[in-house]
Amino acid sequence: MNPFMRLKQILIVLGLVAASSAAYSQIEIDYTITAPGNVKPVWVSISGLTGEALATLQFDLYVQGFGFTNAQAAQYQISGSNDGNLQARAVDPHHKSTLVSKAYSGVPLRRQAHAFADDFVMALNGKPIAQTKIAFKGENGHTSEIYLADFDGHNAQAVTKDGSLVAAPCWVPGHLALYYVSYKLNHADIFYHDLSTGARRAFARYGGSNMSPAVSPDGSKVAMILSKDGWTDLYVGDADGGGLKRLTKSPQDESSPCWSPDGKWICFAAKEREHRTLCKVPASGGALQQIGTSGMPSPTEPDWSPDGKWIAFTAQFGSSFAICVVPAGGGMATELVEGEDPSWAPNSRTLAYGRRSGGRYVLALLDMPTKQHKDVSRIPGISSQSQPSWAR
Amino acid sequence: MKLNKFTNLMVIGLVLCVAAVGCRKKPVGVTDLPGSRAGKVPEPGSAPPVGGNQPPVSTTPTEPLAGTPSNPADLHAGWIKDAEALRSQTVYFDFDRSVLKPGEKPKVAAVADYLKANSPKAVLVEGNCDERGTEEYNRALGERRALAAREELIRLGIDSTRVDTISYGKDKPAVDGHDEAAWSKNRRDDFVVLSPPGK
Repeated sequence: MNPFMRLKQILIVLGLVAASSAAYSQIEIDYTITAPGNVKPVWVSISGLTGEALATLQFDLYVQGFGFTNAQAAQYQISGSNDGNLQARAVDPHHKSTLVSKAYSGVPLRRQAHAFADDFVMALNGKPIAQTKIAFKGENGHTSEIYLADFDGHNAQAVTKDGSLVAAPCWVPGHLALYYVSYKLNHADIFYHDLSTGARRAFARYGGSNMSPAVSPDGSKVAMILSKDGWTDLYVGDADGGGLKRLTKSPQDESSPCWSPDGKWICFAAKEREHRTLCKVPASGGALQQIGTSGMPSPTEPDWSPDGKWIAFTAQFGSSFAICVVPAGGGMATELVEGEDPSWAPNSRTLAYGRRSGGRYVLALLDMPTKQHKDVSRIPGISSQSQPSWAR
Repeated sequence: MKLNKFTNLMVIGLVLCVAAVGCRKKPVGVTDLPGSRAGKVPEPGSAPPVGGNQPPVSTTPTEPLAGTPSNPADLHAGWIKDAEALRSQTVYFDFDRSVLKPGEKPKVAAVADYLKANSPKAVLVEGNCDERGTEEYNRALGERRALAAREELIRLGIDSTRVDTISYGKDKPAVDGHDEAAWSKNRRDDFVVLSPPGK
């Protein structure tokens, strides 16, 4: 073969390699989640487990982006038994390694299955969520209360019994404590509620309405929407009640603040000349910056992922709503599933959210990379469950 | 030879493609016009006007320079509530708006007249929304609707200490239903009369 032909062959091969890697380099830097909603599930097989243990494990894995198949096609094979207590192992058949091999006891079977799901995810260097909690608002007729539950909706318990209205629970990071809005004192006030002691106090009872508390990642500050100065504006106060600072001064809308995980920014829903948008402002005060959510209109209820990379929010299309994500710096937003009011799990991939069902809400979980989603367990006798906040 | 020429062109083409692909950079953080999502029409007013017809920057403020500070939460604690006296003066709002419509202003004027004739009574303006909004957005919107009526009452000469506001977001619909007939009745300010205890 003459040298020129050989050179052409080499150039073609190099060209193809360069073309494919050039295209690849345009994708988001975090190549593990390049296209929200379009990532393939990780395939597992499960054998030997039955009943509640099986159902629990399947739910836990599904909302973390796993799919289920037969042993031959699986990337990881899970097997075990649950006569009484759970014994389970997870192996990687291709690398011939055992990821988990454990026997569980001492807690209910459901909890054992959650623990195994966590052990499996941790063996894959993921962040476990199967033993985490959510808080949310539960409505019954014309009153609502704050509820606490396992992330899958089980073991729900009411933490308020005021026969009044509540809204917008928000966890104190790393603590068994919540902030929420309650109308118990004939006023929209923000309460701090220590769940371990049951003690609570009105944290923000300024004039007008006190709304949408959001706790900073280090727990030292609370962002909120207050109308004490005659407009609905964004304020930040110290958790001990002092140091109130006004961050916006605008007759237009501000609502639903959330914090960046480094505590430096507050992102919130805003309006600029009747155009609804997401904005962020330095937590210590300063100029507002728009966060573009191109393609997704009327963004509200933002939540910033714990790893700092994404902002989840609700987009509104007329009378329908969708959970969307956008890179935290703004840009192209991706619509994921019908729903509202997303709250990130500690793993920065699973979201809790509310979904409208006949004029009421049900809670559901969404795995952002794969778009897999499932309703959580409903509380009998409660007509609507909404506004989830995932404990971090 | 024909095949040789073809492969030559392929190689040149491929190299050019690689060069073009490698140089193209996606700008980050650029906001496209909202509503560009095919098949879904955004609500009127939720997108900036297409074509750049932005209103010119005006030096005359169209909004008040500052809101009137709200009353302390306990100012009217223990006062007797009467939701009926001013029920017929409930004012209604357009979707996603907190501006008092001209046609609704006579009702606010009637509330002002009532207050002027019934000192020392006060009024609680309860702002509400229809279900077509997310919960916390609606809570803030309801408050702005209440504040709009409060500012109008103050403008009509009512002392600010006699007007409280509260927002229920979409928690307290006046009419259950999932159509505009219901929604239009839920986007409202209700006026609740507050009478001092013992009177």
